[in-house]
Amino acid sequence: MSGPLHLAWRYLAARRGRSTLLVLCVAIPLFLPLGLSVAVERMGRELGTRATSVPLVVGAKGSPLDLVLGALYLDTHPPAATTMAQVERLRESGLAEAIPLHLAFRARGFRIVGTTLDYFRFRSLSVSAGRPLGLLGECVVGAEVASSLGLAPGGRLLSSPGSLFDLAGTYPLRMQVCGVLARSHSADDRAVFVDIRTAWIIAGLAHGHAALRPQEILGQEGQRTVANASVVQFEEVTPQNIGSFHFHGEPGALPVHALIAVPRDAKSATILKGRYLDPRDPCQILVPSEVMRDLLDTVAKVRRLVAAGFALVGAAALLAVALIFTLGFRLRRREFETLRKLGCARHTIAAMVAWEIAFVLGAGIAVALLLATGAGALAPALLRALIL
Amino acid sequence: MIRIEGLEFSYAGGGFRLSLPELSVEGGETVAIVGPSGSGKTTLLHLIAGIERPVAGRIRVGETDLTALGEARRRDFRIRNIGLVFQEFELLDYLDAEGNILLPYRIHPALALTAAVRARAAALAEDLGVRGLCDRTPDRLSHGERQRVALCRALLPEPRLLLADEPTGNLDPAAKAQVLDLLLSQARERNATLLMVTHDHALLGRFGRVVTLPTGAGR
Repeated sequence: MSGPLHLAWRYLAARRGRSTLLVLCVAIPLFLPLGLSVAVERMGRELGTRATSVPLVVGAKGSPLDLVLGALYLDTHPPAATTMAQVERLRESGLAEAIPLHLAFRARGFRIVGTTLDYFRFRSLSVSAGRPLGLLGECVVGAEVASSLGLAPGGRLLSSPGSLFDLAGTYPLRMQVCGVLARSHSADDRAVFVDIRTAWIIAGLAHGHAALRPQEILGQEGQRTVANASVVQFEEVTPQNIGSFHFHGEPGALPVHALIAVPRDAKSATILKGRYLDPRDPCQILVPSEVMRDLLDTVAKVRRLVAAGFALVGAAALLAVALIFTLGFRLRRREFETLRKLGCARHTIAAMVAWEIAFVLGAGIAVALLLATGAGALAPALLRALIL
Repeated sequence: MIRIEGLEFSYAGGGFRLSLPELSVEGGETVAIVGPSGSGKTTLLHLIAGIERPVAGRIRVGETDLTALGEARRRDFRIRNIGLVFQEFELLDYLDAEGNILLPYRIHPALALTAAVRARAAALAEDLGVRGLCDRTPDRLSHGERQRVALCRALLPEPRLLLADEPTGNLDPAAKAQVLDLLLSQARERNATLLMVTHDHALLGRFGRVVTLPTGAGR
């Protein structure tokens, strides 16, 4: 190691606290705009990719962002519900394929997504272990759900009750895990997929119970039999009791939270969009990529504001670094004078000082890049934490 | 060893002038330089070391006319041929004792830091009783230990001339005697010429010669 380089290194190493502080003073102002930029760019790419994969989303009128985020990322605050009648409306139009999503429930922290087998085909999701959904009461879990909860085909997963203290609320359903999805590096990895009818069972809109005994029957309301609370409700769908599960009410009134609409072609998409223009229509149709673009435009505006703030903070921090160096060099005049007296050239002293500055700047830049890379890697998690 | 003729020196800002018509020091001599404050003792050492350049006159060290050399060549000459010991020793606080001893080899490309130099530094540290302290920084050394490390630094390039600027200042009499013993013995062992600035007249008897700068030398 050359003399100036060695001396610079030893000086910085001997003053670890000061050196670390200087490195951080360089790193943080660089990291903040850089990390923000990398994270926003990654988030934008993530949002964009997922959004462009879904051509159209239909759902109840309300926040377009909530509806699109719900349809794309599943594990968000569920959008307002619409009904199965809208699914039928879409199917009957002949313009698009309709994939319903029911997003009201969770199981051990993960979203239960009630849907149809079309969803797996649409998303190109394949089963890495076990088999696809087949029967009522079964579930297929995403790769991350399986690894987090230690689930495998044949395992059981209990849906979370709506509220522990709501005795009249939904009962948990013990679901049988029939398959684990191959990792897709998307929101699907963190979801529990069930047949939409299973979601309605969890919602209490369908149920199975033991045959009613005469003493359990309280009365008859039209087609509906009212029984007392002693009737045994099934908490799991089994081959023995599957026949007893049945729905009450109109099939068209059953809830869904979003519909993924896959139009046959561009013309169908245009016609379909026109059909939801009536302000009296209870539903809205959205192009996810457009909604995401609006969101990203807003994010970009905020980012510019924050970046301006960071630039000011950065300038102040770098000024502080320059000041610390300048004051430090003044305090070291005697040391430099000694070196000169011993036979050290001024340019050697300048080289030593330059190495010190270079070490601090280099380390600061390296730390900033490392943090920015980390921010980029954490962007999907940040996206989930901040936006979804 | 040292020949000074018609020396005139003044700092750029003016105010201080040093005049020394003649001074000769033979090789191996031990010389004390005394004089009142402001007489130019330290300046004289700096001129002999080539740190400063006279306005007029000649300074020869050995066969080299320092006044004829540019700054870079005077620096080369100094680091190879002259060992400097300062009053406060001026060790770098971020280097350990070994780093301070090896410092001349870190700051000048003319001195290559080889394994032989390291071995010589270790032997020198052993001779001066600081071998076991080589991994300590100056703040963990006693005054005497710092002084020995500073002397090791001055002696490592095997100089023919040792210039010491009041290395016994601020010391108690016993410590003064100890420092002087060390300087004189090391100079003698290496057959080096020693010029030492001192205010302490009690030490003058230990030197081969005393040069007194008159009050008017620096004015």
